[in-house]
Amino acid sequence: MRKLKLGSLRALILPALSFAMAMFAGALLIAFSDSAALKKISHPLEFLKIAGASVGNSYLALFQGSVYNPNLATPQNHFIAFYPLSETLVAAAPLILAGLSVALAFRAGLFNIGAQGQFIVGSIPAAYIGFHFHLPIFLHIILAIVAGVIAASIWGGAVGLLKARTGAHEVIVTIMLNYVALYFLMWILSTTPFLRPGRKDPIAPEVLDSARLPHLFGANFRITISIFISLAVAAFVWWLLSRSTWGFRFRAVGANSAAAQTAGISVPFVMTAAMAISGALAGLGGAVHVLGSDYSLTSGTAGNFGFDAITVALLGRAQPLGTVFASILFGALRAGGGTMQANTNTPIDIILVIQALVVLFIAAPTLVRAIFRLKEIKSSGDLVSKGWNG
Amino acid sequence: MSLELRGITKSFGALVANDNIDLKVEAGEIHAILGENGAGKSTLMNIVYGLVAPDKGEILVDDRVQKINEPSDALAAGIGMVHQHFMLIPVFTVAENIVLGHEKSGKLGSLNLEIAKIEIKRISDEFKFDVDPDAIVETLPVGVQQRVEIIRALIYDARVLILDEPTAVLTPQETDGLLEIMRKLKAKGTSIIFITHKLREVKAVADRISIIRRGKVVGTASPTATQDELASLMVGRPVELNPDKSPHPMGEVILTITNLQIEDSTGRALVKNVNFEVKAGEVLAIAGVQGNGQSELARAMINLEPHIKGSITLDKQEVVGKSVRESLHHGIAFVPESRELDGLIASLSIAENLILDLHDLTPYAHGIQISPSVVASEAEKKAIEFDIRLQSVQDPVSSLSGGNKQKVVLARELSRPVHLLVASQPTRGLDVGSIEFVHERILAERDAGRAVLLFSTELDEVFALADRIAVMYRGEIIKIVPATVSAQELGLLMAGVVNA
Repeated sequence: MRKLKLGSLRALILPALSFAMAMFAGALLIAFSDSAALKKISHPLEFLKIAGASVGNSYLALFQGSVYNPNLATPQNHFIAFYPLSETLVAAAPLILAGLSVALAFRAGLFNIGAQGQFIVGSIPAAYIGFHFHLPIFLHIILAIVAGVIAASIWGGAVGLLKARTGAHEVIVTIMLNYVALYFLMWILSTTPFLRPGRKDPIAPEVLDSARLPHLFGANFRITISIFISLAVAAFVWWLLSRSTWGFRFRAVGANSAAAQTAGISVPFVMTAAMAISGALAGLGGAVHVLGSDYSLTSGTAGNFGFDAITVALLGRAQPLGTVFASILFGALRAGGGTMQANTNTPIDIILVIQALVVLFIAAPTLVRAIFRLKEIKSSGDLVSKGWNG
Repeated sequence: MSLELRGITKSFGALVANDNIDLKVEAGEIHAILGENGAGKSTLMNIVYGLVAPDKGEILVDDRVQKINEPSDALAAGIGMVHQHFMLIPVFTVAENIVLGHEKSGKLGSLNLEIAKIEIKRISDEFKFDVDPDAIVETLPVGVQQRVEIIRALIYDARVLILDEPTAVLTPQETDGLLEIMRKLKAKGTSIIFITHKLREVKAVADRISIIRRGKVVGTASPTATQDELASLMVGRPVELNPDKSPHPMGEVILTITNLQIEDSTGRALVKNVNFEVKAGEVLAIAGVQGNGQSELARAMINLEPHIKGSITLDKQEVVGKSVRESLHHGIAFVPESRELDGLIASLSIAENLILDLHDLTPYAHGIQISPSVVASEAEKKAIEFDIRLQSVQDPVSSLSGGNKQKVVLARELSRPVHLLVASQPTRGLDVGSIEFVHERILAERDAGRAVLLFSTELDEVFALADRIAVMYRGEIIKIVPATVSAQELGLLMAGVVNA
């Protein structure tokens, strides 16, 4: 047991170092894009001083925007200084679910690029039930979520079925279905049932109070039970993958479908089931997002969740726990980026650069190992490159 | 040209692959290096060819110390190597492959393919290789591709030729052809280092034999030594090469195949007109040169082939049309041709590989919850029963040696109630010790009253195990003969000659 724990800790080294290197590269970018510092570039000491201050302020703002900001505290309410942390978790909750969607598909050997589309397809029925029907509070929430999950699971499952029956590659199909989902959303927002009274622009009516996810710490904080839903689902996905017969089949087919088939496992069924569950997870993310923080459906509802989901699944090495950590990290970057831009001269694009670099370093483990002189860690590194071969 | 190795030592972490190896290959001799998988043969040759740097030791060519840091040094010193897995670019022609890497240097000069083609023709004619310089490599049979590799070595003046497991990929006929080529090369003065674990071939061509076990040279032998003596030196204990196949009463017919036809997706018949029966307690071997429909026939036994016509009945019940899972649970144990591709899932643990087929049944699962402790404890029992050498059943199955991997496959397939064992090339690539184990286990199944359908391209294996032999040629069973048939007649049948 001890040995196993050590192994999983070592698996965290690479993502952690990748993140550290991305932050370092981000710091360089901030330093060299600071016009005040650049004026002093001929005086290295002066330059370092100004640039150092600029980087320090930026990353301090990033922290204050994502975890704890003492400036928000009032004599009456110290607790409000944690408002940024609540924002981080609000952003993280749907991302965890979408990330789990990608991670689960990965483990079954399927590269699900379609979390974005599945997220959208999950959010539409959830929002519709949320604003159209008048129902008792908990029933309303459950119905809205279930509708979103079922819709997205059919949307995802169709991809698996297509692959199993016709050999259509899931990467192509999911990319195309992302467009289908997005334009379907834009069309449906222009139809009468989805028009908000008094508005002509594509925005749906607000979700009724009875369908909104309950807040955890009152109305001052936007955090809802969505984070608990996400963590519970992450635990479920862990159990599914490592303790259930279904997960066993997923992993077997993902690692070697020919051997799985020879041992009597039905590969078409596994592909369909894995994609259906993957779709359901992303759809749950969409439902939770629209019922927990967005409240109204727009063409931008899904934001970048479905694509960030791929990144966090990679960063989390397709492990549920890793995906949770990576999602919270990305939630923090998203929440803190705005504050950083507002409080310092550092543009929010730096955050995107850092996110992109994290992926780059994760995808090039040899580079990171060479820089930090790490020995090769035998782990599930083959997972990431699996997608195209499936 | 002579080649001498002095005190070659190489370790990978804790594993000492080569431990102070001394070896001398005289000019113009065929020197066989015999050893089990993992004994350190390939490491040693990779050192000689400059692919791996030794920790210690030196290489002498014609009694002079030669620094070999990379393959080009080896080539310059006159050492050529034909790897087990060919280093050819499939879509290039023979001539293009041969000039590859030497476009500007050597006596061929520039990218002028004409000179290369003339040279290839010359060597090909000299040794009767029958190689067309303009043929695309991927269209050539494996045996011819190997000759391309040999030409490549010879064209750059290799006077010591290393052949790494050259017969592993060849059919019996191609193997005989290669042995003949080796004799001719020797007659022209080329020294050959012949790496193998196949005793028959060693005895057929080698002048001297060095045996390597666990990274050390444990002895040299002359080709007059018996196969049993060589095998015992290789394994380090007495080995029974011809398992004890006692006559055994046969029971009822277990398997009946009637008018079986297997087609590919375009409707072309890969296997046709197949009719035979296998009784309880009988081993029927399907012999034949690789690629005559045996793979498809084997896969059809558990419905892995999508287009099957005709009938396969097991215990009088039809199998065709069932799912793979139903076929397996109907009482068929299936050892696939490629344990790496179809038998095992490399990244899953040994314990998980042992339950690929039974993972959702008791005692491994309750409902959809798998019990890891039961999976592990059952795996430990199987490891003991099948003598699987492992550190932990939680290790990935890829950490095992070839022989132990095959034991995992056998252990899994024989853990169900079995009436018929289908074993396809069950000892391909295995070392002597593992072959012995697998053969004994197959005969044990036969003696326990199972029907055994054995697919093998190895004549030795067919003769060691079979009660009857069905010869497959171009998708058809051309004749079924008793196991007392002579090797010569069987060879002719495998070549498609029926009226012998």
